[in-house]
Amino acid sequence: MYEYDQYDQAMVDARVEEFRDQTRRRLAGELTEDQFKPLRLMNGLYLQLHAYMLRVAIPYGTLNSEQMKMLGHIARKYDRGYGHFTTRQNIQYNWIKLEDAPDILADLATVEMHAIQTSGNCIRNISSDQFAGAAADELTDPRPWAELLRQWSSFHPEFSYLPRKFKIAVIASDEDRAAMRLHDIGIQLVRNDAGELGAKFFVGGGMGRTPMIGPEIRDFVPADELIHYAEACLRVYNRYGRRDNKYKARIKILVHELGAEEYTRQVEEEFAHMKTLGLNPPVAELARITEFFQDPAYDSRARDELDLTDPDFRIWVEQNTHPHKQTGYAIANISLKPTGGIPGDASADQIDLMADLAKEYSFDELRVTHAQNIVLPHVKKSDLYALWQKLDEAGLAPPNLDLISDMIACPGLDYCSLANARSIPVAQKIGERFADIGRQKELGELKLKISGCINACGHHHAGHIGILGVDRKGVENYQLSLGGSGAEDVSLAKITGPGFDEDGIVDAVEKVTDVYLRDRTNGERFVDTYRRIGMAPFKEALYD
Amino acid sequence: MSKTVTFNDRPASDAAPVSLEEFANASNAAAVRIEPGEDVRDLLPHLERLALVEINFPVFGDGRGYSAAQILREHGFAGELRAIGDVLVDQLAYMLRCGFDSAAPNQPLNGQAVQDALNRYPHAYQKTSGTSPISGRGPIWEIRHE
Ligand code: HEM
Ligand code: SF4
Repeated sequence: MYEYDQYDQAMVDARVEEFRDQTRRRLAGELTEDQFKPLRLMNGLYLQLHAYMLRVAIPYGTLNSEQMKMLGHIARKYDRGYGHFTTRQNIQYNWIKLEDAPDILADLATVEMHAIQTSGNCIRNISSDQFAGAAADELTDPRPWAELLRQWSSFHPEFSYLPRKFKIAVIASDEDRAAMRLHDIGIQLVRNDAGELGAKFFVGGGMGRTPMIGPEIRDFVPADELIHYAEACLRVYNRYGRRDNKYKARIKILVHELGAEEYTRQVEEEFAHMKTLGLNPPVAELARITEFFQDPAYDSRARDELDLTDPDFRIWVEQNTHPHKQTGYAIANISLKPTGGIPGDASADQIDLMADLAKEYSFDELRVTHAQNIVLPHVKKSDLYALWQKLDEAGLAPPNLDLISDMIACPGLDYCSLANARSIPVAQKIGERFADIGRQKELGELKLKISGCINACGHHHAGHIGILGVDRKGVENYQLSLGGSGAEDVSLAKITGPGFDEDGIVDAVEKVTDVYLRDRTNGERFVDTYRRIGMAPFKEALYD
Repeated sequence: MSKTVTFNDRPASDAAPVSLEEFANASNAAAVRIEPGEDVRDLLPHLERLALVEINFPVFGDGRGYSAAQILREHGFAGELRAIGDVLVDQLAYMLRCGFDSAAPNQPLNGQAVQDALNRYPHAYQKTSGTSPISGRGPIWEIRHE
């Protein structure tokens, strides 16, 4: 894992002091709320329905157990004993007091953490593949590149007042576990014909009210030009992105309105200019960062066999573990989606326990996933049973990874001031309807995603089944959509037709899964069946 | 007229700026004012005779002026760069790092707050047109590999 040097630490410490000063000025009445708002937003502090919400950055979703413990400490000391892991691999606290915020940032800084640029119209926390450094199918570990980008984007003086927020994801395998093409910039690391590593750039993806899949704009950017190219992409956006209408301000609209070709031409022109300026850190810097991401000291004699006689353990292993690149090891997924729970929530005690388990079983490392779960990336197979037992005792072993109850849901009307409808109760009701794990396994991989309004924080456009809360004459109503995907088979979901009330939407989900069970052919996932047979049979079941 | 705050030792120019449109009409003005939607590249052929470029920030959240400043500096502009308009103390350090020399904000700024803001961050992660105020050194990656 990356460790700060004196420079990184000095930057984060300076931010803590700056925010302490800004908060003091606000509390003393020297700053109005209007003046304070952009400042607090640069530090991840939102004003929500009931309280302030603080979003803490977890760069590319990676953290160690000491950092995880700190997240538990903050939940206990400054919040109501829990935290909410988000689709951007961050954590949010919903019940924060403004006067505590500087102390929280100071506590975070002691473990090399911060809330810098977790909101505001700037380059946000860089996200990545939660299995980075462990997955059997990756070309290289994408995190050193993400860290290089993190440093470049932190306090960037030219790009801190962009037309709108800006999200970047970096992956390095063909399987896309980070919804890369639904980001403002998606980067896939690839090798060129000469065998060198470089970055393939996709620009202009996003969700929100106008979802778009980012087109590829360059097939290879060498390592020593990465920052030049990113600068060029951002400069064109900063100069020409729309600022007249906040809903048309994301880079996807610029790329769409100019056309990918014209946008690319402008970026290439800017890129040629950037290259003359020497803005790119030397390759030695990427090499320095890469040193921090060496493999842990695996036991080379670790055995691949696993005793699966305990049937409950077997189900968990089948569903929640993923192949590791090292023989005798597995990637273990901890689902934060118990039946009837709030997707992504974890209590302070659970957070502490996961930290302890990471220390004991996973070389001190954890990951947060965009599906709002936690990963222990490097677990010896012979330790899996002990790990599972401890997780199970703490309610952390739902064996439902990628099944229908492994839902993404945004905070919705329970917390969010922009919401049209509640998301959490709908998630809970669907979870209860499909509580039987045998039934869920029968339905197979099924990604259900719920947003409480058109902003799409819950990724509903990318759901195999998507649910969108809308306001219909003052009553909460839910639109159903089918066929989206945030993975390598990326696609945008289509609306089935008129919406449903809260109970109606749960029935509707059940009806579409019944159509799938009836019409699927061997080995087809829900989304495959939908793609093959189209919308008509589903509509018929829903509305006739 | 608002008071000009300087970030460095360069004395503030008292040249009177014209609009980009006026400038284009063969004026021999030595100072020009740029609005957010205007293309600062139009000035590149004339940089030598310009003593002052004012970049307007009608609202502080419109960040186009930062790119305008960087472009001028990257192309060798050596005169004074001044930010005007809705310039708040919390933006000054970024302005400095994009090559601005001074600011003439709509609302007067507190002198101590200006100094605090300019001297807050000891270093910078990026190489840009301006310096980092405290260390006066290059970006962190350059220091690491000196
Ligand atoms: C509760 C306070 C929140 C507020 C006020 C909020 C606000 C917004 C808004 C206004 C957008 C639309 C932006 C646009 O299209 O330009 C958006 C998008 C998004 N938000 Fe949130 N959000 C909140 C919480 C969350 C949470 C908890 C998550 C993660 C679970 C999240 C993740 C996202 C994502 C992934 C998008 C889609 C962004 C895209 O189009 O690329 N947000 N949010
Ligand atoms: S999708 Fe809407 S309701 Fe849900 S968190 Fe985002 S802004 Fe709030």
